Amino acid sequence: MKVMKRFIDEQKDMRASYCEAMLELAERCPEVVALDADLAAAMGMKPFAERFPQRMIDCGIQEANMVGVACGMSAAGKIPFAHTFAPFLTRRACDQVFMSGAYARMNVKLVGSDPGITAQLNGGTHMPFEDMGIMRGIPEMTVVEPTDSVMLKALIPQLAEQYGMAYMRLVRKAVKRVYEEGTAFTIGKAVRVCEGYDVTVIASGFCVSEAAKAAGLLAKEGLSVRVLDMFTWKPLDEKAILEAARETGAIVTAENHNVLSGLGTAVASVLARKYPAPVEMVGVQDRFGEVGTLAELAEHFGLTAQHIAAAARRAVARKIGKEA
Amino acid sequence: MLTGQKARELLQFSKCIQMETVRTIASIGVGHVGGALSIADVLAVLYGNQMRYRPECPDWDGRDWLVVSKGHAGPAVYAALALKGFFPMELLQTLNRLGTRLPSHCDHRLTPGIDITTGSLGQGASAAAGAALALQMDGKENRVFLILGDGELDEGQVWEMALFAAHWKLSNLIAFVDNNHLQIDGTTEEVCALGDITEKFRSFGWYAQSVDGHDVQAIDRAVDAAKAQAGRPSVIVLDTVKGHGWSAVAGKVGGHSRNISFADLKDALAEMQQALDAIGGETV
Repeated sequence: MKVMKRFIDEQKDMRASYCEAMLELAERCPEVVALDADLAAAMGMKPFAERFPQRMIDCGIQEANMVGVACGMSAAGKIPFAHTFAPFLTRRACDQVFMSGAYARMNVKLVGSDPGITAQLNGGTHMPFEDMGIMRGIPEMTVVEPTDSVMLKALIPQLAEQYGMAYMRLVRKAVKRVYEEGTAFTIGKAVRVCEGYDVTVIASGFCVSEAAKAAGLLAKEGLSVRVLDMFTWKPLDEKAILEAARETGAIVTAENHNVLSGLGTAVASVLARKYPAPVEMVGVQDRFGEVGTLAELAEHFGLTAQHIAAAARRAVARKIGKEA
Repeated sequence: MLTGQKARELLQFSKCIQMETVRTIASIGVGHVGGALSIADVLAVLYGNQMRYRPECPDWDGRDWLVVSKGHAGPAVYAALALKGFFPMELLQTLNRLGTRLPSHCDHRLTPGIDITTGSLGQGASAAAGAALALQMDGKENRVFLILGDGELDEGQVWEMALFAAHWKLSNLIAFVDNNHLQIDGTTEEVCALGDITEKFRSFGWYAQSVDGHDVQAIDRAVDAAKAQAGRPSVIVLDTVKGHGWSAVAGKVGGHSRNISFADLKDALAEMQQALDAIGGETV
């Protein structure tokens, strides 16, 4: 079984796993370089910088230039991984990502950290609820959000091997471990974390473990809940979404992102076109971020297992024609 | 130092670039003529004397790169590339037709000989620095030439790159500023004054020179001097006239993008032909 029987708190920060994965990749792939905009240390990339001093390009606080430089390096055959905080990478350097990168068909991997409420005390200025939506709106961009360190380590080499632009949003701190060591993942293919037949929760990021928790709560009420880990937002696994709609008849989406440009809207769009089914969206309802701890913010923005469970009840009620 | 004959050849080449540029733009009736004409001389020096390239193999490993960050000057670059045999001259007449390989703004994916896609101002600067860094990292001797517009210097990204390139000692990066003193809404002085461009780059740690941008001898000498630099990037500020070579447009606000009628074309070509004839020496 690739899904853990019981999710545990990871001991290691995601950034440490990121650095390990980058070191491993760089050892066997000489084209790989890392760029940062004065957050290399914050991203835990010191071991990489020590092992590959020539291949760690800290640009200073210049997100636009960093993205442009990465694109130029890509044109010269490198495989750049460029990191900074997600809002500055996707909002501030959006045009550079678009034109120098995507439009020019470059091969740059963008890594945006502290997604959504995980920005915590940095607050609304640093709290991106729109990063995935911005990136998803750019043609040919691959967009992913790894759920835990096991998935992160599986995705990094895949991103490097697949030519093209990609955006990965990444929590820097430790998260809940959902998958057994060595589990394989394929970009574009959702993972069925829980099996169920009454309703499906399509989740991403920390909402996956919250959704599994919600499934446990609802099981006590006699509801059987499927949980899909939709870690790839683009290309979206339409097959898994349509299967879920056909087999469970009701959908809940759960994301640490604005539902307007996020997973909820993306899933609803697939269903509207191909297999209409009731959809409830757990996520940020078109609001700005605020300062707070992770637990406070999850409660404040309605992103907890309880919120997901409530949405699932509503979705199921709509299935039989009754508003909950 | 160019011989007299070589200098005449470059001048002739520059005139031919200008003539093909106006023909190309006239084929669709409208385009960015002013800032294309103003860089004909530097293009002539680069493609005529200073750059290593193989027209039959545009992605040749040993080539020098050219990033035209003021991507709207595409037609002048296409003219130079066609004249050097990167693609047939007839292709020039497809400018901006749906499905063309020659769009308004330079596109690496579409046009043989275009190294970097540009169009959104300031971005070619960073891409050029990135390419230079990657080449330097691999111990390669290729140079990266970069052409910036003066109006383009309004973009903060250019100055981010200026800091970055000096910090990484990118001596394989040689930038030009097409200082034609005009941008869309007026003179650069009126719209957002640039001050002393050469001095600004110098203060950023660059080897900075300023030359007459329509003097091929002076441009060529400046490139030689830039190539001799170690440990720092170079910039050559070209004092130019927007729309150079066509007096109806030269130095006038409104020449950034304009219509070119058949009568305009005849007028421009006649003036350029006269200038070409006046260069003397053997025609190339």
